[in-house]
Amino acid sequence: MATTPAVELRDVTVTFTNDRRAVTALERISLTVAEGSFLTLLGPSGCGKSTLLRVIADIVQPTAGSVRVLGETPAEARRNRHIGFVFQDAALLPWRSALDNIRLPLEVGGRRTLPEGAMGPEELLSLVGLADWKNALPHELSGGMRQRVSIARALLGGPRVLLMDEPFGALDEITRDRLNEELLRIWRETGTTIVFVTHSIYEAAFLGQQVLMMAAHPGRVREVVSIQLPEPRNVSMRETTGFIEQAAHLRAVLENC
Amino acid sequence: MPGRDRWRRRLLPLIGGATLLFIWWALIAIFHVRSFIAPSPDVVVTTLYNKFAMLMANLAPTALEALCGFAVGNTAAIFVATVFVHRKSVEQAFFPIAVLLHSIPVVATAPILVLLLGNGLAPKVAIAAIICFFPTLVNMVRGLESVSPQSMELMHVLSATKWEVFFKLRVPTSLPYLFSALRIAASTATIGAIVGEWIGSQVGIGALIIQATYNFDSALLYATVLCGSCFSVVFFQVIRLIERKVVRWDTGAATTT
Repeated sequence: MATTPAVELRDVTVTFTNDRRAVTALERISLTVAEGSFLTLLGPSGCGKSTLLRVIADIVQPTAGSVRVLGETPAEARRNRHIGFVFQDAALLPWRSALDNIRLPLEVGGRRTLPEGAMGPEELLSLVGLADWKNALPHELSGGMRQRVSIARALLGGPRVLLMDEPFGALDEITRDRLNEELLRIWRETGTTIVFVTHSIYEAAFLGQQVLMMAAHPGRVREVVSIQLPEPRNVSMRETTGFIEQAAHLRAVLENC
Repeated sequence: MPGRDRWRRRLLPLIGGATLLFIWWALIAIFHVRSFIAPSPDVVVTTLYNKFAMLMANLAPTALEALCGFAVGNTAAIFVATVFVHRKSVEQAFFPIAVLLHSIPVVATAPILVLLLGNGLAPKVAIAAIICFFPTLVNMVRGLESVSPQSMELMHVLSATKWEVFFKLRVPTSLPYLFSALRIAASTATIGAIVGEWIGSQVGIGALIIQATYNFDSALLYATVLCGSCFSVVFFQVIRLIERKVVRWDTGAATTT
């Protein structure tokens, strides 16, 4: 018996109407993400990768096609708290401390308790390396620290699918490298499925077991590339010829988009 | 040196104030300005001291009217803003009418309200309330709507209800906007109460201003005005103090981080 994939899209099309003009953001996207895997979405701006993520999270409704998350509709998966979402800017509530921001999912949406065995807010704060900062307000934290808090918030309740929308796009390169490694560690420790949107070729290749490459106008799947790197990965692997060749291949595909 | 700097910042306004008082005193003395035209500052101080009990007896009703009007006007504004944010059609129907009513000067509405509500406390409270209402309504609507799209998406992913979005997200987001309106309202409510007392009132700062003017008692007039503005300043500072206790986060980055 085949196991249920974490995410399954079949012929998903999304059309927006702007000023009476219909714009096709996504055209007939089909993809399957196995449970526990790490998929990165890579493509030029306007290729609809953020929209694709929002379709999975039930924020955007597809015009046509079907979406299943762990065998459920996106709305059911959302209500069952199977989905965690990390936004491009951390989207923390500025009046709440780091710890209280992580607790937010327990205060809304009718979920007051954690599932058995799930990590608590304090544990998650330690997982992202901010145990000493639990009472700090967001404006007292650096951009990288804020994003760590938002990752911890998304992980509360142990979601089985973690969707990340260019979470490190606004950070400096050093912070970004460190968070990339940390994210891989968190992925190994939690076993959650991750779908990660980026416009950085190196980030896509370094993080993803598979890279889904998209083309723009209209947004569509160009190619799915499997990345071969020894596990566990670390940042120094990005200087190996194996990595450079795979990144060069991704670049070549992107240039033909 | 920061210590010396602080002393300068405290001392220089005092020196400036003393200089202006001296110029006022000198002008009255040099040009032999008669006391029913304008009083010398020392006469105003003497009047303040001699008639202190009488001045306070007149400040009390004015302060009560201003505080009641402040409470009624702002509560109504917050309530209407809440309705406007949740029912767009109500906002579209009534907001233009609120703008229209606001454009009528208080001095013109005051006699109407005195005719409607008699000569007691009620018309003064109503005038103070009306004068507070509009700025708070505008700011509160803007504050409740200044929620970032990502925060709304976050609440959606967490399956938050409309009320949870309101209390956990919209209300805290609106607080800096609300307080900047309340600070203005503290001064305008006092003005409203005084203007209300101009029409046929026997007690209050407004009534005393009219009596002193008719009696050419310029020293009493100045002392009365000074009492009224002292109350207004204290009221303003109390609101600012509460604001500092409540809004502790960095509001400049309130919506983006």
